[in-house]
Amino acid sequence: MKTAYQNGTALALVLGLAALPAFAQDTIQFGAIATLEGPFAVLGQEGIRGVEMAIAQFGGTVAGKEITLEVGSSNAQPDTAIAAARKLVEQDGAAIVVGPLSGSEGLAIRDYARTQPGVTFLNGASAAQDTTLRNPAENFFRWNPDGAQWVAGLGELTYNEMGYESVAIVAEDYSFPYTLVFGFMQPYCELGGRVPERFWVPLGTKDYSTVIASIPQDVDAIFVTLGGSDAVNFLSQYQQAGGDKPLVAGSITVDQSILSSRGRAKEQLIGTPTASPVADTNTDAAWTSFVSAYQEQFPDGLPIPSLFAQEYYISTLAALTALEEVDGDLSDDQAAFRAALSALELQTPAGMRSLDENRQVVTDIFLSQIIETDEGQLVSQLISTVPQVNQTLGFDRETFLAYGEVGRDNPSCD
Amino acid sequence: MLVLALVLIPTIANDFFLVQIFAQAAILGLIALSLMLLGGWGGIVSLSQMSVAGLAGYTLAILGQSSMSQSLGSNSWLAAAAALAVALIVGFGIGLLVGRTRGIYTIMITLAIGVAVFYLANQNYAIFNGFTGYSGIAAPHVLGVDLRAPLPFYVLCVSLALMGWAGVAALGRSSFGKALIATRDCERRAAAIGFHVGRHRLVAHTIAGLLAGLGGILLVWFNGRISPGTIGVGPMIDILIIAVIGGMSRPSGAFLGAFVFVLLRTFAIDLVDPERFNTLIGLVFLVIVLTSRDGLLGLLGKLSKPERRKMSPRLKTLEREETS
Repeated sequence: MKTAYQNGTALALVLGLAALPAFAQDTIQFGAIATLEGPFAVLGQEGIRGVEMAIAQFGGTVAGKEITLEVGSSNAQPDTAIAAARKLVEQDGAAIVVGPLSGSEGLAIRDYARTQPGVTFLNGASAAQDTTLRNPAENFFRWNPDGAQWVAGLGELTYNEMGYESVAIVAEDYSFPYTLVFGFMQPYCELGGRVPERFWVPLGTKDYSTVIASIPQDVDAIFVTLGGSDAVNFLSQYQQAGGDKPLVAGSITVDQSILSSRGRAKEQLIGTPTASPVADTNTDAAWTSFVSAYQEQFPDGLPIPSLFAQEYYISTLAALTALEEVDGDLSDDQAAFRAALSALELQTPAGMRSLDENRQVVTDIFLSQIIETDEGQLVSQLISTVPQVNQTLGFDRETFLAYGEVGRDNPSCD
Repeated sequence: MLVLALVLIPTIANDFFLVQIFAQAAILGLIALSLMLLGGWGGIVSLSQMSVAGLAGYTLAILGQSSMSQSLGSNSWLAAAAALAVALIVGFGIGLLVGRTRGIYTIMITLAIGVAVFYLANQNYAIFNGFTGYSGIAAPHVLGVDLRAPLPFYVLCVSLALMGWAGVAALGRSSFGKALIATRDCERRAAAIGFHVGRHRLVAHTIAGLLAGLGGILLVWFNGRISPGTIGVGPMIDILIIAVIGGMSRPSGAFLGAFVFVLLRTFAIDLVDPERFNTLIGLVFLVIVLTSRDGLLGLLGKLSKPERRKMSPRLKTLEREETS
């Protein structure tokens, strides 16, 4: 019995010693957090590709310092994102962390960032509103739009162009879809659109039969905001149930990670309007060169990089560009680096991006419609661009904050 | 030897190892210890120990202070005491529910309880705050020392784990423990001698509830938050995995299992492709379970005494039960 403990403790001591992180002067340690497990596993994989692309674009070095990358995995639950961040920062000694991917993870990482003032956190693709709108953290930078920004202009498009006067909403039940649904409903309800039912389903739901059965018959369309495997499950079950309502899609539901999935379920997406920080058929040179760089670096990847590859790429690109500007200087709690990062005007695959005073991005948003190409591939075809959308959707900050925290019942749409 | 090592660890390990590895292993070990008590000695495999821990954690979050408006904001110690009381009551209640069932039926009922608690927490907004749960929960300060600072938290978790371990070990030597083991080995014979089998099991469930509740409170202080993801089916199974790979024959197995589990979950991603590390974790668990019938405890026993293949007396009774 005693030997058992001796073996155990000897093992512990060896591991404890091995744990002391090695610091070197000529490298900068990056950490990346993405959902490599759970319902968003495919999206997380895309996120990491984005990070790798940006680092490869700089040849792996900035200002003569080598960039090293450690990857942490989460499963869209806040606890797992925190555990991954702790390992990257406290064990691997990351100076700059890119991530996470999912909304509630972002809120948790923002709170964790406050406890690590010496580390700079750049959001990956998480898009909950309050991560930066209320009570932001000094060292948390979001070079990505939040969910409400993602769908800027979609409410108008749905009501005016598509002519849908009432929609039922099916969305996952957490901070990010609340934000996205708010961004859609705010203009839609203002114009006179009605939302008789909102179905909030738990993240990772596999069986949608009860939801599908309760969708009212008199709505004109269904507004769907489900990501990853949730979207694929809903679409195939809705098709099998004989559902024939037209769809309106929140950005993640018509992301390339779903459009390029196998099976026939996605076919009902053809013709669906959406808004997103990416449009697959965008002819802007910055986007097309990003696409070809992606295809070259990841021959096994998606046919066209997804929203998540782009957003992680942009965050990493922003960090590397700012690092280059300050010549790799991370001294004084990264003060110079953070100042450069805040002031940056960045040319990205999604147009020019810059940050507001809460370190939240101002960006172009693309309205598009899903079409089938001659090769049988589904892509989002650009309709128009909504230029430079900010977090308050064009309202002044006071008016916007008065709408209150987004949630299951806000906005009310009465 | 063990205590000496635990005292020496803070001098060489960094903060990450103190908290993320050792303290976390102590916390998960405490919850797995409650399963070891039930399963190893009582022969009751319960999947709902994580749910007991979670309900204690939620009690702490709801009564104590957090950044959510639902929290009542009372004193941390008061909230912790209430959380322990809830864990005791829930443990007792589960004991009442499953007391008359055996084997696979106990597993099914406790699985159902665990899943029900998860969905309740996930979909109830008034009390459990749904998917988001509670965050911003701070550990209390004692004499100006923040209990969540790395070294104090390590000391807190490890000493509570040691106390739990010593307590369960003492329980195993007590007449109650012997009687519980007797009910596991042969229920009818124990009843014939005059032991009240149901009552012994009920007490075991209640004590296990207390241990799991303790782990739940520490888990909430550790994470600073609790949400349904903390008590989902995955974490429920994790506790079973910890108990099984550690070995169910002795209390130390729970902590050994927790230590290996935490190490693997933290560092597997560094060893293999980030997209495949869960496969490695699964393979290691498979190898442990396939090569040793009593988890790591059994493996270590084999390594230290290869020629005699000595077994603990308790394992022998297990063996006899299966061959008879």
